[in-house]
Order: sequence, then C-alpha cells, then structure tokens
Amino acid sequence: MAFHVNREGDVTVLDVDGQLIVGNRQELKKAVLDELEKGERKFLVDFTKTGYIDSSGLGVLVSLSKKIREQEGELRLASLNEDLRTLFELTKLDTLFRIADSREEALEGF
Amino acid sequence: MERELVFELPNDLGCIEEAVEFVVGRCSTCQEVARKLRLNFRVSLVEALSNAMIYGNGRDPHKRVRVEVTLMAGRVIARVTDQGRGFDPDGVPDPTTPRNLTREGGRGLFLMRQLMDEVHFNDRGNSVTLTLHLADGEALRGTASA
Repeated sequence: MAFHVNREGDVTVLDVDGQLIVGNRQELKKAVLDELEKGERKFLVDFTKTGYIDSSGLGVLVSLSKKIREQEGELRLASLNEDLRTLFELTKLDTLFRIADSREEALEGF
Repeated sequence: MERELVFELPNDLGCIEEAVEFVVGRCSTCQEVARKLRLNFRVSLVEALSNAMIYGNGRDPHKRVRVEVTLMAGRVIARVTDQGRGFDPDGVPDPTTPRNLTREGGRGLFLMRQLMDEVHFNDRGNSVTLTLHLADGEALRGTASA
C-alpha cells in the first residue's frame, strides 16, 4: 500500500493505493494522527485506488474517526468499490461513517 | 482435478499480503467466481493469517503459520494452523452490536463467518478451516504444483 496526502481547501485528503490491511494500517494511522496533531480537523479518505480492506483496516478507520471526533473534527470516506461497500455493510460500519460516491460529493459542504 | 498448496510462513504480518496474492493467483477461474475469490476468499484468508500471527502465535517471531489450500471443482478449502495454545471461537462477541460497533478490533472472525460458507476450528482452537462453495459447474483450475 502507498498513500498520498493532499489538501483540498481546509480538507486533508488521503488516497489509499493498494490494500489497507494488517501489515500496513499503522502507516495510515500515523499519517492522519500527524495531521491531526498539526491542527487539521477535516479528513477525507479516498478509496478510488484501493483493492480491499481487512478487519484491521476497518478498525483503524473506526479508531481514527473516534480520535478526530474527540477533537471536534470529522472523517469522511469516498469512492468505495463494490467489495469495500460490502465489507462496510456486513460490519454495519456504513452506519458509522459518512460515505460519498465520489471525492467531489464528499467535499461538498465539508 | 484436485490440487493442493502447502507452505509455512514466518510469524511476520508483512508476509500476509504476498502470501494471499500467491494463493489467489493460483486459483485461475472463470469470471463468475472471480468476485468470490477476490473478496470472500482473499479477505478471509488475510483474517485467518493475521489472527494466527497476532493472537495464536502471540507475535512471536520464532513461531510459524502453516497454510494448506485445496483447490477443486465446486469449492476451495484453506486451513491455517498456528503454534499457539488455541482459543474459544464462541467467546468472541458480535462486533455489529451498538456497544461493539465503535471498538477498533474484533471483526476478523465475524468477517470470516460472513464471507465463507463454512468456518471450523479444531478442538484446541489453533487451526481454522475455511470452505468456500462454488455453484454447480463452477470449477477452479488450480495451476499450482503440489
């Protein structure tokens, strides 16, 4: 997995390229927490280039969302493929996150 | 025709992605079952391997994980065995209840049970066997040598 951190206005956007699984989830966690520490509060994870996620990857997103909310921020997700949608629905995490079909939709009104 | 893949992995989480892609890559198949392999089998195998390395072997770098995969017409079976003392799979709480939904962990076994047709543990609890059924006529063309 590789990921790229970009800025869209006051939103920190992270593109996840590859798989987000147990062997690499800490990299994403550290990147978001570093930005949170710097004072960023609006985060968007874009899964356009993501193959699949395992339970550790899902868990990291849950943990990050909680930490960001504690700082009065928000984490949104965008561009989940059919497989990722299925995983979020099975685990009911689709009820926990604001999930947009596209990056543009996620950024609207953020 | 039935084909078997048997190998051992070091207790290293960094090995999981490559090992899973190796196994899935041996499952040359028709388009209809591609999604089952890509999502159900791949994610479940990642979960079984990470559970074995983290909880079973306790992250001990000196321990190993054994993987046995059987590819055949109609189904694919994967057995993952660690060198730990085992655990009680019935003691794992449902991660989808409101109380557990915001917890970071606890979704691995749930996902295996949701995505695979059969999930069985041995009595000791250190070996899990995952079975994915394919519809009639769907055949896996295993390309691996035993």
